[in-house]
Amino acid sequence: MIKFNDENLAEVEKLIQHYPEGKQKSALIPVLHLAQSQFNGWLDVPVMDYVASLLKIEPIEVYEVASFYSMFNLKPVGKYMFEVCHTGPCMINGSDKIISYINQKLNIGVGGTTEDGIFTLKTVECLGACGYAPMMQLGKNYREHLTEEKIDAIIDECRGNNSDTINNFNKMNA
Amino acid sequence: MSKKLLLAKAHIEGIRSYDVYRGEGGYSSVEKALKMQPAEIVEEIKKSGLRGRGGAGFPTGMKWGFLAKPEGVPRYLVCNADESEPGTFKDRYLMEFLPHLLIEGMIVSAFALGSNTSYIYIRGEYHWITDILQKALDEAKQNGWLGKNILGSGFDHEMYLQRGAGAYICGEETALLESLEGKRGNPRIKPPFPAVKGLWDCPTVVNNVETLAAVVPIINEGAEAYSKIGIGKSTGTKLISACGNINKPGIYEIEMTESVEEFIYSDRFCGGIANGKKLKACIPGGSSVPILPANLLLNTAKGEKRYMNFESLSDGGFATGSMLGSGGFIVLDEDQCIVKNTYTLARFYRHESCGQCSPCREGTGWMEKILKNIDDGKGKMSDIDLLWDIQRKIEGNTICPLGDAAAWPVAAAIRHFRDEFEWHVLNPEKCLTENYGLAHYADPIHVAVAV
Repeated sequence: MIKFNDENLAEVEKLIQHYPEGKQKSALIPVLHLAQSQFNGWLDVPVMDYVASLLKIEPIEVYEVASFYSMFNLKPVGKYMFEVCHTGPCMINGSDKIISYINQKLNIGVGGTTEDGIFTLKTVECLGACGYAPMMQLGKNYREHLTEEKIDAIIDECRGNNSDTINNFNKMNA
Repeated sequence: MSKKLLLAKAHIEGIRSYDVYRGEGGYSSVEKALKMQPAEIVEEIKKSGLRGRGGAGFPTGMKWGFLAKPEGVPRYLVCNADESEPGTFKDRYLMEFLPHLLIEGMIVSAFALGSNTSYIYIRGEYHWITDILQKALDEAKQNGWLGKNILGSGFDHEMYLQRGAGAYICGEETALLESLEGKRGNPRIKPPFPAVKGLWDCPTVVNNVETLAAVVPIINEGAEAYSKIGIGKSTGTKLISACGNINKPGIYEIEMTESVEEFIYSDRFCGGIANGKKLKACIPGGSSVPILPANLLLNTAKGEKRYMNFESLSDGGFATGSMLGSGGFIVLDEDQCIVKNTYTLARFYRHESCGQCSPCREGTGWMEKILKNIDDGKGKMSDIDLLWDIQRKIEGNTICPLGDAAAWPVAAAIRHFRDEFEWHVLNPEKCLTENYGLAHYADPIHVAVAV
């Protein structure tokens, strides 16, 4: 049974209050963010149907939104997603090299997930960190001025966190 | 030294917190504004000459003046914090370090517009900034700057944050409103404009983060003082986010009287080209504005010095000029490949096209493929003319300006750097390992002919 935890349910209630009566659909994108963080980093159809029922809208209204925005994953992803920017300003500062280093280091292509399910590599378009390029998004934060050494350290950091007992996915991707 | 109106206090320790911000005189513009008539504030903004800082440079006071005021219908103020134009990262800085400045500017603006509810729509990727802003909003509310009957003025106002989820198009104001309503970010056909039918069909003003922040010094120091800073129709200060091959990338608040040359080479700003290289080209106002070769960047076609303001950067139109745009200043050194750079931008626009209008949906993908071929040494001479033809057919033929934004970089690259495209076609193997370099672009007598 798919259901938000109490904390997220309370958050949904709060979000709906931000809009005039009857306009609860406006909470859809924030609610999908909550859903993605609680349900393993991606939006499965039953999850989207649950969100539709919560907001009293049709499932198609959720699907069409989830498929439009690049931050919503419609397929399973690794626990840690490396979202490396490769638009102009990052390209000028060597994002291609960073991407191929990650390819080689984790033995995955762009869009791929490591066999242990820990890492996914994705390329993204401009994230607004052009002055601090090359960069990537990891969970809630940006990692900037990337070098091969920094990538090594980030990979170690994720692997270290992964052995912790707490749910690190939520910690890093909340 | 450029006067700082927005970032003057950015480096004060703890300025992100309410107590320090208030201690430094924060929220004084709200105290002043609530004693004024709303129409007086709109008039002040008009007099200040403030122009929208999101990219289009439309006069803010005039935009406010268009807001419809039918009886019994709520009006909304929406802050566009969806900063996504490649090269632009200034709003991020403002929100990250001075969250209360934005909130202060929004309270004053909302009072002027008669809006009891406002929203900050922030791009989803700026997740950690959402937390910073939310904390600031909570502090503002606890201290009586938001809520019912603010400072006993009878004015009620609530402000909410909403995160997007990754879509450049949501920086277009009608797409942003669609997204805020929980829909796909498909731009609306205008008219009606948001000032008449915006959020949930109610009159709405959508302003950029920097624009709303600029309301604070205008109210504090007066429109007249503000309008004296800068030059001509480029009043006040502008945040420039500088990136690419420069020594000191970052955010600079400048008076719009600085020359482009000074901005690039002075240690007060970019500090020159990195690694002792030469300047090849620059995209001065975010990726959608025309790229200029060094000679046309530093001087206009008439040989006059170019300045960092709306008028000077667009001197010569698109034939020999560009635009100040969002202030996303991207510098390319002699080792950069114009074809590759144009390809990544074309790919960006293909990725971000919402797909509503066929010229944009089909054209952006087509341009991307052709540019990739040329970059990979698989291009034909006729591809260059084909690219020119496609961009012409996109420009002006779409509901929103994303089509234009995709067409302009391609057009300008061919207009000014056609030889480099031809060199790629003529040297299919060499272009994979070598760069065309500066060639004759640094030569001041080179002036493009194709328009």
